[in-house]
Amino acid sequence: MPAISAQQAQHEYDVIVVGSGAAGGQAAYTLTMEGAKVLMLEAGRDYDPIKETPMFQDNSVAPLRGAATPDKYWGFHDATVGGGWTVPGEPYTQLSNDPSLQFDWWRSRMLGGRTNHWARHTLRMGPYDFKGRSRDGLGFDWPISYADLAPYYDKVEMLIGVYGENEGFENTPDSPPGVLQPPPAPRANELLVKKYGKPLGVEVIPIHRAVLTQRLDHERLPAKLHPNNPKAQRILAKAMSERAACFWATPCHRGCSIRAAYQSNTVHLPPALETGNLDIVTNAMVREVTLNAKGLADGVVFIDKVTGQECRVKARAVVLAASSCESVRVLLNSKSTLFPQGLANTNGLVGKYIMTTVGANLSGQIPLLENLPPHNEDGAGGAHMYAPWTRYAEQLTGKLGFARPYHIEFGGGRDIPNSGTGTGLQHFTRGSYGRQFKADARRFYGSTMYFSCRGEMLPNDNSFCDLDPVVKDQWGIPVLRFSWKWSDHETRQAEHAVNTFADIISALGGKVLGATKTNRTGKEIAIGKGGRVTHEVGGAIMGEHSRTSVTDQWCRTWAVKNIYVADGATFASSADKNPTITIFALAWRSAEHLLGEMKKGNI
Amino acid sequence: MSSPDTPRLDRRTALKWMLAAAASLTVLNRQAPGATASTPSGKPYGADPELNHDYKPGDLWPLTLSDAQRRTAAALCAAIIPADEHSPSAASVGVHDFIDEWISAPYPDQQRDRQPILDGLAWMDAESDRRFGSKFADLDEKQTSTLCDDLCHEPEARPEFAAAAKFFARSRDLTAGGFYTTPAGMKDLRYIGNLPLAEFKGPPPEVLQKLGLI
Repeated sequence: MPAISAQQAQHEYDVIVVGSGAAGGQAAYTLTMEGAKVLMLEAGRDYDPIKETPMFQDNSVAPLRGAATPDKYWGFHDATVGGGWTVPGEPYTQLSNDPSLQFDWWRSRMLGGRTNHWARHTLRMGPYDFKGRSRDGLGFDWPISYADLAPYYDKVEMLIGVYGENEGFENTPDSPPGVLQPPPAPRANELLVKKYGKPLGVEVIPIHRAVLTQRLDHERLPAKLHPNNPKAQRILAKAMSERAACFWATPCHRGCSIRAAYQSNTVHLPPALETGNLDIVTNAMVREVTLNAKGLADGVVFIDKVTGQECRVKARAVVLAASSCESVRVLLNSKSTLFPQGLANTNGLVGKYIMTTVGANLSGQIPLLENLPPHNEDGAGGAHMYAPWTRYAEQLTGKLGFARPYHIEFGGGRDIPNSGTGTGLQHFTRGSYGRQFKADARRFYGSTMYFSCRGEMLPNDNSFCDLDPVVKDQWGIPVLRFSWKWSDHETRQAEHAVNTFADIISALGGKVLGATKTNRTGKEIAIGKGGRVTHEVGGAIMGEHSRTSVTDQWCRTWAVKNIYVADGATFASSADKNPTITIFALAWRSAEHLLGEMKKGNI
Repeated sequence: MSSPDTPRLDRRTALKWMLAAAASLTVLNRQAPGATASTPSGKPYGADPELNHDYKPGDLWPLTLSDAQRRTAAALCAAIIPADEHSPSAASVGVHDFIDEWISAPYPDQQRDRQPILDGLAWMDAESDRRFGSKFADLDEKQTSTLCDDLCHEPEARPEFAAAAKFFARSRDLTAGGFYTTPAGMKDLRYIGNLPLAEFKGPPPEVLQKLGLI
């Protein structure tokens, strides 16, 4: 990407966008296509997926056969560079020493952010997900409904390309005709779970993922997305025509050099740059938003990591899209006489109600899948199918003991061999070695499956972040301090999920690997540690009133009318659906609102 | 994978096992002086390594094994995964070098394996010498299997072999992961992906038939 240096940035822009991932990419796209001059600031390095993605490299050419290390937590060839659970020189802290009360924070430091490696799951939130409190009395309602966001979901799906099917399940929205791309054919194990899950109430249907199964219709879509804007149509048509369809190889988490899988830097940023309205500065660590005498935002202060210098840039509006918690951090660090507790934090709600996806896993060995005739199961480099939640009515009666849904993601099969292939067979083979071991390895290859819970978490008063009173990062910026606690709703949900997985594995005639029984002791066993699913949202939640929320329905802070928070921080509920497509939709909607306010002269 | 069948060990039994394993290896260490490993000297590759590059053991950090240790490791790889009609042996595709890379890596998981692997290699030679009067790599096929049979299944290993059986299990896992990631190993498993395709058709009829899906 043609990023510029901090010194080359103009003195003033219409809008500064902090962050270059899902939210930053979408906000910059919408703003620049409509003519706004935008400066994007990214804390990580410039990164070019077209040149840098390891396509087709097998694990034999990776250090340690690609095994995960603290440097590359998701394996050597994973796209994440410069990020992880820890970032050198940029710590975060915990309020408690008890690991069960801690939050693990995954950060990305690269152009495109976490969109480089994400699973590309793009499940729309459903009508219930926006109105949870009205439905069951818990958590918060959003100030918007599904109907408010639906047009933006439609536009996003047409822009980025999403495969899936309209199945008409409750609270699992369909897309309008002609919006989704065809789903890929299911794999053998996906068909098996579909068959054997049904009697258990587990309905397996095509998942939605932001991967092109066919080329985008670059003649039809641009006019639908930018009806009165010939320049935007022309630019988008070109960008769409440059994206290839999936060639059914290379896992998507490595990134995609042919641009079939969505990444901000291969889908949103190229057309935005093409408008001539976007400047990108990488290695730019934003410290705070600055205010003018009228109490309006007039720019940001950032550290140029290349020179270590403090830089100031001006703009008519600021869009924070740095990831939920990083945007919260910028707000908390923007202290002034008007906002001594941090920007937009007069009510003390900035950093409150951090939520994330509930995760719990179980694996099984499935004899049916042994010794299958060889066939290629690479597919679209990720899931083709999943199981949405279907027990809404039963759940609403309170019978299940937890209030909110989860969906099931699962997989297995004849993946490209990795450093774990053929391992752990001792107890299946009574310790075979030699020629017998080779026969056993052939037999068991592709016969294990995993099942993962992806569940909604209710917001609670114990899950939040604030500024550590002492610790600063290497740039002298105060760091976040986390507090975490799952409620019974989450631990019971995880337990229910794991028990369901055990039932599915049994129904398949398989054997559960590892312990299944959870929570007998009252301890939280099934549920994963807070943050591990890397779906954190909340911290600057939107609402109807300035005293109970941080932003209005346009993701604009109540306190300062020209600051928008475009990432997951404004989520008033976490939903079980993976958050990214909702981030896109909200970012698009708030960017449109910002354009309108600028046009009207309000900003 | 971990086993659903493994009997649950209570804490005391587990501690006893661990102590026994530690004791037996300590004794064996004394029989094989010089086998104690120093900490690996290499540097981690960091969070931003070159990804579009083909690496081989030794490229990123110095390796550890002496020629003699390497010879023992190769013999062990070949005992665990020998040549057959499907594929060559793990040793012939250099899996012992991967194991060397592994135990030489400056990361916690790998460093945990380092001393047990070095101790285990020394024990294999010492035990071979005790039983047959030669190094492990010089045993004939029958002698090799006599020794390996005592170690190959941890739950059935006699107490005096508990630590060595644990080493053998770890070696088998490393050998498997090292072997099945090579082109020869992938071919052995009949993995046929990682190729660009014009379309993805899903499983062929013979697979659906075998699974009872058609």
